Amino acid sequence: MSDIQATQTRLVDDIIAASDLDTLEALRVAALGKAGSITALLKSLGAMTPDERQAQGPQIHALREAVTTALADRKAALDAAALDIKLAAEAIDMTLPADAAPKGSVHPVSQVMDELAEIFADMGFAVATGPEIEDDWRNFTALNIPETHPARAMHDTFYFPEVGEGAAQRMLLRTHTSPVQIRTMMSQEPPIRIIAPGRVYRSDSDATHTPMFHQVEGLVIDRGIHMGHLKWTLETFLKAYFERDDIVLRLRPSYFPFTEPSAEVDVGYKQEKGRRIVGGHGDDDGHAWMELLGSGMVNRRVIANCGLDPDEWQGFAFGVGVDRLAMLKYGMDDLRAFFDGDLRWLAHYGFGALSVPTLSGGISA
Amino acid sequence: MKMTLDWLKEHLETSASVHDVVATLNRIGHEVEGVENPADKLKGFRVARVLTAEKHPQADKLQVLTVDTGDGGAPLTVVCGAPNARAGLVGVLGLPGAVVPANGMELKVAAVRGVESNGMMCSSRELELGDDHDGIIELPADAPVGTSFADYSGAGDPVIDISITPNRQDCMGVRGIARDLAAAGLGTLKPLAVPTIIGEVAPATEIRTDDPEGCPAFYGRTISGVANGTAPEWMRRRLEAVGQRSISALVDISNYVMFDLGRPSHIYDRAKLTGRLVARRAKNGETVTALNGKDYTLTDTMTVIADDIGVHDIAGIMGGEHSGCSETTSDVLIEVAYFTPERIALTGQALALTSDARSRFERGVDPAFLDDATAIVTAHVLAICGGTPSAVTRAGTPPAEVKTVDYDPTLSATLGGIAIAPERQQGILTALGFTIIEQGGRWQVAVPSWRRDIDGAPDLVEEVTRITGFDAIASVPLPRTDGVAKPTATAEQMLERRVRRAAAAAGFHEAVTWSFISDRDAAPFGGGDWSLANPISEDLKVMRPSLLPGLLAAAQRNQNRGADSIRLFEIGRRYLADAEHPTLAVLMAGDKRARGWQAGKAAPFDAFDAKAVALALLDAAGAPADRLQVMEAVAEGSIWHPGQSATLRLGPKAVLAEFGALHPLLTRHFDVDGPVMAVQIFLDAIPAKRASGPARAAFTPPALQSVRRDFAFLAPTSLTAAELVRAIRGADKAAIVDARLFDRFTGQGVPEGQVSLAVEVELQPVEKSFTDAELKAIADKVVAAAAKVGAELRG
Repeated sequence: MSDIQATQTRLVDDIIAASDLDTLEALRVAALGKAGSITALLKSLGAMTPDERQAQGPQIHALREAVTTALADRKAALDAAALDIKLAAEAIDMTLPADAAPKGSVHPVSQVMDELAEIFADMGFAVATGPEIEDDWRNFTALNIPETHPARAMHDTFYFPEVGEGAAQRMLLRTHTSPVQIRTMMSQEPPIRIIAPGRVYRSDSDATHTPMFHQVEGLVIDRGIHMGHLKWTLETFLKAYFERDDIVLRLRPSYFPFTEPSAEVDVGYKQEKGRRIVGGHGDDDGHAWMELLGSGMVNRRVIANCGLDPDEWQGFAFGVGVDRLAMLKYGMDDLRAFFDGDLRWLAHYGFGALSVPTLSGGISA
Repeated sequence: MKMTLDWLKEHLETSASVHDVVATLNRIGHEVEGVENPADKLKGFRVARVLTAEKHPQADKLQVLTVDTGDGGAPLTVVCGAPNARAGLVGVLGLPGAVVPANGMELKVAAVRGVESNGMMCSSRELELGDDHDGIIELPADAPVGTSFADYSGAGDPVIDISITPNRQDCMGVRGIARDLAAAGLGTLKPLAVPTIIGEVAPATEIRTDDPEGCPAFYGRTISGVANGTAPEWMRRRLEAVGQRSISALVDISNYVMFDLGRPSHIYDRAKLTGRLVARRAKNGETVTALNGKDYTLTDTMTVIADDIGVHDIAGIMGGEHSGCSETTSDVLIEVAYFTPERIALTGQALALTSDARSRFERGVDPAFLDDATAIVTAHVLAICGGTPSAVTRAGTPPAEVKTVDYDPTLSATLGGIAIAPERQQGILTALGFTIIEQGGRWQVAVPSWRRDIDGAPDLVEEVTRITGFDAIASVPLPRTDGVAKPTATAEQMLERRVRRAAAAAGFHEAVTWSFISDRDAAPFGGGDWSLANPISEDLKVMRPSLLPGLLAAAQRNQNRGADSIRLFEIGRRYLADAEHPTLAVLMAGDKRARGWQAGKAAPFDAFDAKAVALALLDAAGAPADRLQVMEAVAEGSIWHPGQSATLRLGPKAVLAEFGALHPLLTRHFDVDGPVMAVQIFLDAIPAKRASGPARAAFTPPALQSVRRDFAFLAPTSLTAAELVRAIRGADKAAIVDARLFDRFTGQGVPEGQVSLAVEVELQPVEKSFTDAELKAIADKVVAAAAKVGAELRG
């Protein structure tokens, strides 16, 4: 073994044995520094004969290469070990709680109204609105409910004080969303397809009634519309809303001054674990009917009251409680809780901001 | 309205079961609200014969009976305490499992003083058949042992409770319902027996109508020598079954005819009348004590029946207490009148007085059914109370002209959605009492006098379709326009949807609170412009002028439940004198951040949290955020913290939002703890975006990097950050793309009354990088602009 080879073996062994960066640096300076042993060997090449250089040169360069590599490898190893120790010292109990971003919610009534808008948009219905402080004429008279009509007793109406003699109309809180029918027919040329959701008021308060609640009205005015279209529309809407194909409706003749013929609409359901599950035929085993909405063909007088020709235009209207639709679908059992603002209730029954009902993603997003 | 099955069969020849009757009623538009079967209560009670009766070995007052239950088995041992229990008696035995109607107790096999008893022999009171509790029921000796007692006693007459729609006065009597059921194929309507009464003498009391508008017809007859005892059992039983207390024969007869035929009448005790009985307008201030014992003060819009001395009847609504019949009544006057429905409705509303008579008269009784009704009432009186009838006086004429409707039978399909053969339609209409004259495919349909609700062809469509059954309506799709569904939401609706979901995404819960609040809660907001005349309570009286009272009240309830961080919002209307304004309100109370291992103590919300929310929601609403100015609050000091609140405006007039800390007096008023932050965004003040199509303005990111420079100024504390930043931005509009205040400092090193403000300015080179000279020039402009608003560059 030549001297050079021996030197290489010794130096590399020392480098591998270096236990810290300072020792390693000292070894580097001793070998490759200005006065280092390998630096001296490299300098000696200049004084050699070509033959000697031919023989010694590659060996010296190989020595330098080997030592440089050993130094770099050892430094990397020592650095990695140091980093491991530093990181180990930084360890934290990752089960500690993180600050949660506050989570908000959309009220079930708003969510259901969005669902309704989405479903009815597909059937070509626009969403219309009207004031909640209405006049007597649009809430009652135009809807074929004259002052002495017993049907007015069906609505426990909130009135505002009479403004005095000769005031045009007594103002009141609308008892249903039907005045929006009147406003729409008076401002828009048929054909008309609208739904009108909103707050309505009745002077009524018990476990299942609140003096304020939400309703959605539907109105179609066109040529040749009949009860068959009404039935299809309600079936299609309820199947989409409840996302069930087994929705069965029962239409029962009834009476509303603003429709003729009039029908109450029952839906079949069954009781499961204390909850009403909509679906199935109400006469089937374990099933029953539940009254869900009122509907009918718009009374000719109402159409005429709005300045349209009832011989040309006819159509249907329906109304249903939005809060009730929400309760039936999402399982709340107390209407009063809707209007309490209890954060626990809202967090439980509310909807995430991104749960936007869409036809492609599902109505019950 | 209630009726019993047996009563129905008085008018309807049918073998239909209760189930069929109920199903048919529902199908043809008479919603059945409930069926009560008294037989259900008597389940488990049967006719039984006592075979032997011996003294109980352990008790003097008890006997041990053996009872034959008629089922062929061995006799049962029953312990009984009734003194009349004896061998041979046929009575009513309650078997184990039966529930005693009077006390709800379920009978069980049990030892009574050491003797096992297998049932109970019942008294009348225990079965709710009477008050007798002195002994057990004794049935005739030939009563069929083993029969269920319900069947034996005929108590099995089910009561059907029907919700009659307000248009169907004719069905507020059993006969009208029978007619509808007959038309629906459930049986045959029996002819109505109208007796012929010959009155030999003129009525003993003269009657007249002086108010032909309110009372077009007033028929009357007197009967002398009646005995007003109790009504016969069949009548009492029917009345009691439908919830009408039996009072006396005369009162019961009047009630019976009303429930039977839908025809109210009134019977006066002639001994209490003085002179003539006249239908007239009441005098203003005239009073009457009605049969319900209450006094009513009348006005001249109301029709009354009065004698020479005073009012005896609020016409068509309720009789007077004074002239009502009593057990001593011997001479009576029967009133059968026709009152104008509108007048009855208004009088009833004004007096807030409801009655069975009113609900029939205000819906319009059959104007052609006065003579027959008079005869029927008279016949009942004569049969039950005896007496001698007078002739009938007919004052006035009821409005009985026949209405005719022009009808095209194809309408059942084109309006009602059911194609019904004309012959079938004719059959239905005829069964309901209509008469039809056909003229070239169209029909002239004469409406029966009792169907005031029919006034057009759609009404006839309803008649033929409801009797056919709405089940026959086939669903027909609405015509669909070509292509995918078009968007339908209006700009306002889209705005509400966006801000709602933005607020929820920002961590707020959407609440829905009452539109009406108390006067007290509206007062700090300047009071409400709309106050209800008939609120349900003082708490729900004034239409809210702001959404904050509702949210504050909700916050208070949540704090009471222990909530320590409250983030609520609501989207709804404020009701002002001019209109209803869509508004979004946000409320923050309690902890913004809970205490934690990293940040330490809990942090409360501050006014800048409210500002951040206001800006974020306005941005979501599409308001031009870069043009918004922060200005002082609008409401002076009343609801907002005077130093920590502001408005966001587009120009001085257009206030889009207000935000900040609520005034501590306001939060105290609502009993909410701690500082409360709030935002109100006036959604209808946000300018609509101009529709410009989906394409965006052209844009290429600048190729050159922007340059940032920091400037620190000393300024008087009166200089707002917004003023300084606006001045700096305006210093070189081409180069300066942004300026942002990043430090504000007062205290050591800053002179009294001054503040140190540091602003980072972002410069954007366009064609080529800025030279040092250019940067210097821009910096000089920034410093000069700041100096103009009073800010000195710090040395």
